[in-house]
Amino acid sequence: MSFLKLVSRFVLLSTLLFALQACGGDDSDQRSAQTETEEPGLTEFELEHGIGPITERIEVDDEIDQELVTQGRNIYEMKCEMCHNMEGRMVGPELGNVMERRSAEFVMNFILNPSGMTNNHPVGQELLQEYMTSMPFQNVKEDEARAIVEFLRDYNQNN
Amino acid sequence: MKKQKTKTLRGLLLGGGFVAVAAFLFTGCPSQQGMMDTGDAAQKVYVAPGEHDEYYGFFSGGYSGQLSVWGLPSSRLLKVIPVFSQDPETGYGYSEETKPLFETSYGFIPWDDSHHPHISQTDGDADGRWIFINANNTPRIARIDLETFETKEILELPNTGGNHASSFVTSNTEYVIGGTRFSIPYETDLDVPIDSYSDEFRGALSFIAVDQETGMMDLDFQIVVPPYNYDLGRAGKGPSADWVFFTTYNTEEAHTMLEVNASRNDKDFIAAVNWRKAAELVEQGHGETISAEYYHNYYEGKQGYAINDVKDQVTILDTREIDDEFIYYLPTPKSPHGVDIDPTGEFIVGGGKLATVIPVHSFSNMLQAIEDGEIEEYIDGIPVLNYDATIAGEVENPGLGPLHTEFDGRGYAYTSVYISSEIVKWSLETFEVVDRIDAYYSIGHLMITGGDTVDPDAQYMIGLTKTAKDRYLPTGPKQNHPAQLYDISGDRMELLLDFPTIGEPHYAQAIRADKIVDQVAQIYEMEENDHPHALLRIADNRVEREGNTVHIYMGATRSHFRPDNIEGIKVGDTVYIHLTNLEQEWDVVHGVAIKGANNAEILPAPGQTKTLKWEPTRTGIYPFYCTAFCSALHQEMQGYIRVSAEDSDVDLAWRTGTN
Ligand code: HEC
Ligand SMILES: [Cu+2]
Repeated sequence: MSFLKLVSRFVLLSTLLFALQACGGDDSDQRSAQTETEEPGLTEFELEHGIGPITERIEVDDEIDQELVTQGRNIYEMKCEMCHNMEGRMVGPELGNVMERRSAEFVMNFILNPSGMTNNHPVGQELLQEYMTSMPFQNVKEDEARAIVEFLRDYNQNN
Repeated sequence: MKKQKTKTLRGLLLGGGFVAVAAFLFTGCPSQQGMMDTGDAAQKVYVAPGEHDEYYGFFSGGYSGQLSVWGLPSSRLLKVIPVFSQDPETGYGYSEETKPLFETSYGFIPWDDSHHPHISQTDGDADGRWIFINANNTPRIARIDLETFETKEILELPNTGGNHASSFVTSNTEYVIGGTRFSIPYETDLDVPIDSYSDEFRGALSFIAVDQETGMMDLDFQIVVPPYNYDLGRAGKGPSADWVFFTTYNTEEAHTMLEVNASRNDKDFIAAVNWRKAAELVEQGHGETISAEYYHNYYEGKQGYAINDVKDQVTILDTREIDDEFIYYLPTPKSPHGVDIDPTGEFIVGGGKLATVIPVHSFSNMLQAIEDGEIEEYIDGIPVLNYDATIAGEVENPGLGPLHTEFDGRGYAYTSVYISSEIVKWSLETFEVVDRIDAYYSIGHLMITGGDTVDPDAQYMIGLTKTAKDRYLPTGPKQNHPAQLYDISGDRMELLLDFPTIGEPHYAQAIRADKIVDQVAQIYEMEENDHPHALLRIADNRVEREGNTVHIYMGATRSHFRPDNIEGIKVGDTVYIHLTNLEQEWDVVHGVAIKGANNAEILPAPGQTKTLKWEPTRTGIYPFYCTAFCSALHQEMQGYIRVSAEDSDVDLAWRTGTN
């Protein structure tokens, strides 16, 4: 290899290293609402209401919307019930009383961004350590997560 | 949905530079020339960890019956899609859902020979909706969808022996073609002396219509042709888009020792078929309906059991009976193998296997010859055109045994040459060879990225060779078949990589990854699971008995089955375990294996339901477990089934979670 070519290879190498550093970041292709953040410092909203697509308070009527409850129950039975009990722990925590522990936004973010929550949120990290199974994203859309919240609220009020 | 990251050329070059420099730093400079070559080649195929290739390559499995998927240029194996053979990796052909795909008029066929994959096209360019592939032995065509990368449909072809000239599509996937390599009698199960060949045997060219929405295939018609061997086919494009071309050999009509007896004539034929006209003739009622038994196997919904639709007739067009001309023979030297159409649709290149030249016909000359009546003779009503009238050029000195040709869209053609084991590059203007390169060893097909379409983006070429011999570490008397990756972006072909493949790839296709990545499914959506035995609510998990048949509706989630304790099964029962994978996360699979089950295992993808049939013959306790490492508690994912004597009165019972 000639000296000139060698030099040009080294230029290439340094360009490469530079380019590599410039890359990074998250290019995961989960076709989901998951938005894993890597910021160590969480905002006050995030600490209280979780990390994910829900970034501000949502309106929750005192009155329960029964239509939403039915929709939420159907999704819950298809996509959640194999891991959660309403009363007592199973693969994941008991959910009959989760609305007493958490805000609607927190629960929605947990549903929509479970890996982000267990990776980066102190509550999620603690739960993962306790349950040792990662809750999966179950291909639930935002309005469906809202319906599940309504179902959980209804259960909580009536049991 | 976010876009997949696709490798950029710049990234490739930079990445390769890294390897080259690293190689230099760690090992020094072995030899000036070798270092240069290897470094350049290495940087061109280097795709950094986590990065994606530019192309999907689809290689047929040959005698494995499957279709393997490769990333190009790294030439990493991405997946093997099972098509015509049972697959112990996925349970394909073992699960109750997929078994019906293997049914034919000859019964259940667990292993066939797959040859020529072809990606569906729009306007002569690969569109990535589906990929078709032929079964050569028991003649069939399969359709694989490129959302799930799974085989969705298999259609048997009657009146065909060795469906070799297949499964090529027309410019807008109006048709997929089939062509018989062996001529045989048309009448089903006809028992005649073999030496009645010329009287009783006929060839069949099949035209399978494709539904543009669903991809579903339907055998529209078959053309009855003289009893030659129909070897390969290709549709025209652009001006020739209404035509398909088939090579023939054995115009001698030999039925024994073809090696000698079918190699006598100096010229055989390329059959040019005006498929649009043939289809019109059929539509106008010129076809004849004859009885024929063949299977059409497909799924009715998104999921469930493949069904067998047994057909009992087919429409034929017999050139001896029809006055209209819709098929012509172009004399072509000598036992031509491939027939390939250049991107403009003008040149019809024959792979004159035993010829000393590569014959190139001109489509416009052909039309002119038809108009001018340049006809030598008629064979069974088929006009044989004058060779000098249709030929545009003969490529001299192509090497020994030219087979297949693809194109770079920059005015050059590349032909694989079997006996002299090389690839020759020649000009479509001067018909002169401009470059040649060795193949390791004995090349069959070659494939250029987009090289069979109207718009080749001719970056890479794959050579599919027939024997590896000393190319890799030896692995016994039978070695895997090799492929070579060449860079053809410059004036000269450059060998980049030489790698072992799966089965015997006969032909391959490639498509730019960015054309299909966004359509690739990550899960089966539970909401769309229309399997009749799906478990859509975990609360519905149950065991049902109907006489001696038992259905277990079982759910799998990390990290348990429900139910996982089952009693009341009896010797003599036929047990169906319908396992629904309740996960909705990409790439999280569960499987189930039961001790002593004679029918292997199943492995449903997220949101998918799969069924294992089990016929226990002995009483006892049968453990079952998840065969996929699905979670940290995977080893806990297990259960028991109790099998009692035939006359026992143990009640049917199922439980989960109460010890
Ligand atoms: C595969 C089992 C599994 C599935 C399915 C699942 N979860 Fe979970 N879930 C868990 C586990 C385990 C945790 C604890 C965190 C962790 O380990 O990931 C959890 C945590 C939660 C939490 C947080 C509870 C708290 O105390 O803060 C909520 C809320 C929740 N899940 C709701 C749902 C909903 C709603 C669904 C259906 C859309 C669902 N989960 C589906 C396993 C599951
Ligand atoms: Cu598992």
